[in-house]
Amino acid sequence: MRTRFQQGLDELRARLLRMGGLAEQAVDRACQAYKERDLKRCHLVLEGESLINATEREIDELAFDLLAMQQPMAVDLRFILAVTKINSDLERVGDQAVNIAERVMDMVELPPVDLPIDIPRMAAASSAMVRRALESFIEGKAELAQAVLEMDNVVDRMRDEAFITLVKCMNEEPDKTRQALDALLIARNLERVADHATNIAEDVIFWVRGADVRHNVPQESAVAAQEVPETR
Amino acid sequence: MGVGIQVEKLNAWFGKTQALYDISINVMANHATAVIGPSGCGKSTFVRCLNRMHEVIPEARAAGRVRIGEIDVYNGTSAVQVRRRIGMVFQKPNPFPTMSIYDNVAAGLKLNGFRNRKQLDEIVHRSLTYAALFDEVKDTMHKKSGASLSGGQQQRLCIARALAVEPEVLLMDEPCSALDPISTGKIEELIFQLKEKFTIVIVTHNMQQASRVAEFTGFFLLGKLIEFDKTEKIFTTPSDKRTEDYITGRFG
Repeated sequence: MRTRFQQGLDELRARLLRMGGLAEQAVDRACQAYKERDLKRCHLVLEGESLINATEREIDELAFDLLAMQQPMAVDLRFILAVTKINSDLERVGDQAVNIAERVMDMVELPPVDLPIDIPRMAAASSAMVRRALESFIEGKAELAQAVLEMDNVVDRMRDEAFITLVKCMNEEPDKTRQALDALLIARNLERVADHATNIAEDVIFWVRGADVRHNVPQESAVAAQEVPETR
Repeated sequence: MGVGIQVEKLNAWFGKTQALYDISINVMANHATAVIGPSGCGKSTFVRCLNRMHEVIPEARAAGRVRIGEIDVYNGTSAVQVRRRIGMVFQKPNPFPTMSIYDNVAAGLKLNGFRNRKQLDEIVHRSLTYAALFDEVKDTMHKKSGASLSGGQQQRLCIARALAVEPEVLLMDEPCSALDPISTGKIEELIFQLKEKFTIVIVTHNMQQASRVAEFTGFFLLGKLIEFDKTEKIFTTPSDKRTEDYITGRFG
């Protein structure tokens, strides 16, 4: 057993989970800020971004060191590659939370209006996807990750509905245009959060099964497709 | 040109101790195939069975079918005939210390009665060129002994010596384990180029080396072939848990 290497992998896992916690917290705070028109929470999200960025760099550095120093193979190699990609997606989730917070800050400046969109419901769906994608990573279970992929369509549909209803609202009630536009952008940000959760789930499947399920391409890797001499 | 190797139900013993169990494998012509596994797994025994060097050890024997191209290694062919078609390079470079560099390369041919000087010159030149050594020794090859070369050069000299008799298969038993990274790099580059003309089977403890030079890799454990597949498959998504445990350093 390569003890030091195993310790490095454990450390990488722990840091990525911390990163996941930070990204999840940022989205939750931003959505709570929307619900309560809470500027304080918006500022917390903005201030938290630097920690997310720093954690992203730390994780990449550790992954880079492990690749260079330990020459991982097979499941370990897949794990480290998956971690670097998940890391990048989590940082982007943090960016989406910042975007949402900025939209909320804009909305708070404007008079509150009723809009035909259920942002908290969409936020709950997107956050659940991130949480479950991270759970699939913690458990190392591809079937949990697979379930996340199937949730993506639901959030996409919510985004499409939001687009239709909010554009209609802008046409029919021009005085709500700025608020509706902010809400539309938030819906777009939440849909992007769900996309990142999908990417994370795909990376977990790659790590666990060695299968590339991105872009809905049928699973038959280039390696598997090549001719292999018969072994009896 | 290299030829393929078909191994069917190969078993080998040292006295009463069985070292290989029912090994069946197809080695593709003009490709490099790596054999990996922990110490004592039978990988060296396996390659030594391919050119009948296993039976040189007292009380060692092998049974099963090995075909190298058209010849049946264990049926109707002498060990000498087999070894003429299969070159071998060992872990430690073993040039003939009292011979010049030139004579080291020409030794196998001379042993077979080859005396035409002009042709000998051509073959030595060609073999040293194949082994990426010619430029480094062209001015001294008649004067300097093989033992005067560096470890990496000695190993390339041994490769040139093996290639001079124009084998179809080149067996390499940990050819770089005694070499520094620069010499190792040269040998690996050489293996890559030699595949065009020869079939190569390389035993290595260095998994990075296997992944760098070989298109196919077989993993041996306790005398059995656990998994044989494309090298990238073995090192990224092996099918057998034992292979994964070994290549990720969880045992071995």
